[in-house]
Parts: sequence; structure tokens; C-alpha cells
Amino acid sequence: MSLGKDIKILKTVPREKAFYFFTSIGNYTGLSASSLKEFMEKINEVNVKSLEFHLHRNDFEKWINEVLEDQELAAEMRKLQKFNLVGENLRNQIYVTVSRRLKRLTSQL
Amino acid sequence: MKLRNNIFALDVTDYKILEALQQDARQTYTDIGEHLDIAHSTVYDRIKRMEQYGIIKQYTTIVDAGKTGAKNITAIMTIYTEPKESEHVAEKLCKAPEVLEVYTSLSEELQIIAKITAENQERLHAFIANSIAPLPGVLRIRTSILTKKFKENQFSIGSDPKKVRFIKETSNIERR
Repeated sequence: MSLGKDIKILKTVPREKAFYFFTSIGNYTGLSASSLKEFMEKINEVNVKSLEFHLHRNDFEKWINEVLEDQELAAEMRKLQKFNLVGENLRNQIYVTVSRRLKRLTSQL
Repeated sequence: MKLRNNIFALDVTDYKILEALQQDARQTYTDIGEHLDIAHSTVYDRIKRMEQYGIIKQYTTIVDAGKTGAKNITAIMTIYTEPKESEHVAEKLCKAPEVLEVYTSLSEELQIIAKITAENQERLHAFIANSIAPLPGVLRIRTSILTKKFKENQFSIGSDPKKVRFIKETSNIERR
């Protein structure tokens, strides 16, 4: 992947394109993320029900793919779904996946 | 109907006309006049004045959405907002065709209550996630999808106990 594309993945998006964490249909937690770094931070903060809700609906994969344009991390999110993880195990796994990717991207800058 | 401090004080005849119209807005001035034992011209004058001063806002049709084949879902949304952004959020909600009613409520935190409709749960969620959550000042949102309707009434003169008492008492005085 080119350096330019990697930098683009680390961008901060406008609020209308941010990721908004919900715990169920229409129930917004008040937490949102406008960049990959913020997304990683919010994974540790948000109610774990929200992580289960969004992973099950492919919302993480969709946002990472369409807004951050990071196909690699989107594919890793898709794989996570297959493990049927719940609760803190799920939180840890998502956090590890995102932080590893973020570390890789920032180390190239 | 008399003007007091720029507010129109309705008399018992006005209330009776409003009650008659709320039961059936399609009845004629003559029908209402005969029912209330007053001249149809009086009914006409009073209705026109109440229309002119905005007491009668509109004549509308209540549609049973279920019988039209519409399968929309309805939800009640409670939006917690920062106080300084509350008005702005309410105004934005009012502009969305999906939003049917918007209120502010008195409680410990500033809340906006809105009634919202959508084709299905997915559309409802997409609307809230894409159009409401990103509004500046929105702190969090609670949404309840309505499942069964037990009652739905518009404000009616006949359901206001104070007005009913006033009509009854005034009618007795007039009869004496």
C-alpha cells in the first residue's frame, strides 16, 4: 500500500461521516469517533453491548471500508465476526485488531 | 367571543360550535344551528371569526394508516441535548418529513421528545444515525418503537373537564 493512501486512512472525517455508537436500534450512546485513533479509544470506553450490536450488523466493517477507506482493516473486522465473540473478549479482540493496524500505519509515517 | 388582553375569550356558544365541529367537521352551518338552537348565520359568523383568529387552525382528515396498507413503524425518540443547542436540534427535527411531532420536556436534563415514522427498523436506525446523532449538541438518544396503539385522540373541547363544566353551568343559567 502507498504511503499516501496510509496517511489518508489516518484522516479525521467531518462529524456527519463520524462513527456513532449505538447499543440497539435508535439508541445512541453519545460516543462517536471521527478518526481511526479516536475509534480505537472509544472501543475501550463504550458499553460492550454497542460493540456486539455494530459488529453483528457489519457497521464497523462498512464504516472502515467506506469512510476511512481501509480495506485491510475492514477485512479483519469481517473475520472477527466468525469467532462469535461477546462481552469483554470481543472488546479486547477489536481493540487489539484496531491498535495493531494503527501502529502499523503510524510507524510508516 | 370577546377580546381580552389580545386573547379571545370564547363564550358557551363558541365552545358548543367547536365541540360540534370536532365531532363532525363536515356538517353544515344549518345542521349545527339546528342542533344548538341558534341561527345558521350566527354559526357562520362565529366559525369565520374563530378561523380568522386562528382558534380553528384547520379542517383535516384522520387516516387509519393500517387500513391503507402502509406498514410503517412509529417510534418515540428522547433526545438529550446541550441546553444552548436544544432549539437548533428541535428546529432541525421539525424540518424532517420522518418526524411527526416534536416537544421539549421538563425534567432534570433538557430533553426533546419526538414522534417519528419509518418504513422499517433499518430505515429508522439509518435516519437517527445519519441525521439526528450528528447534530451539534446531541448528547444521547433513547428510542422506543411503538407496538400497539390503545388510544389516540386530538385535543377536544369535550375532553377538557373545565370547559365541560363551564358549558354546563352557563347552559343552566341561560335556561333559567
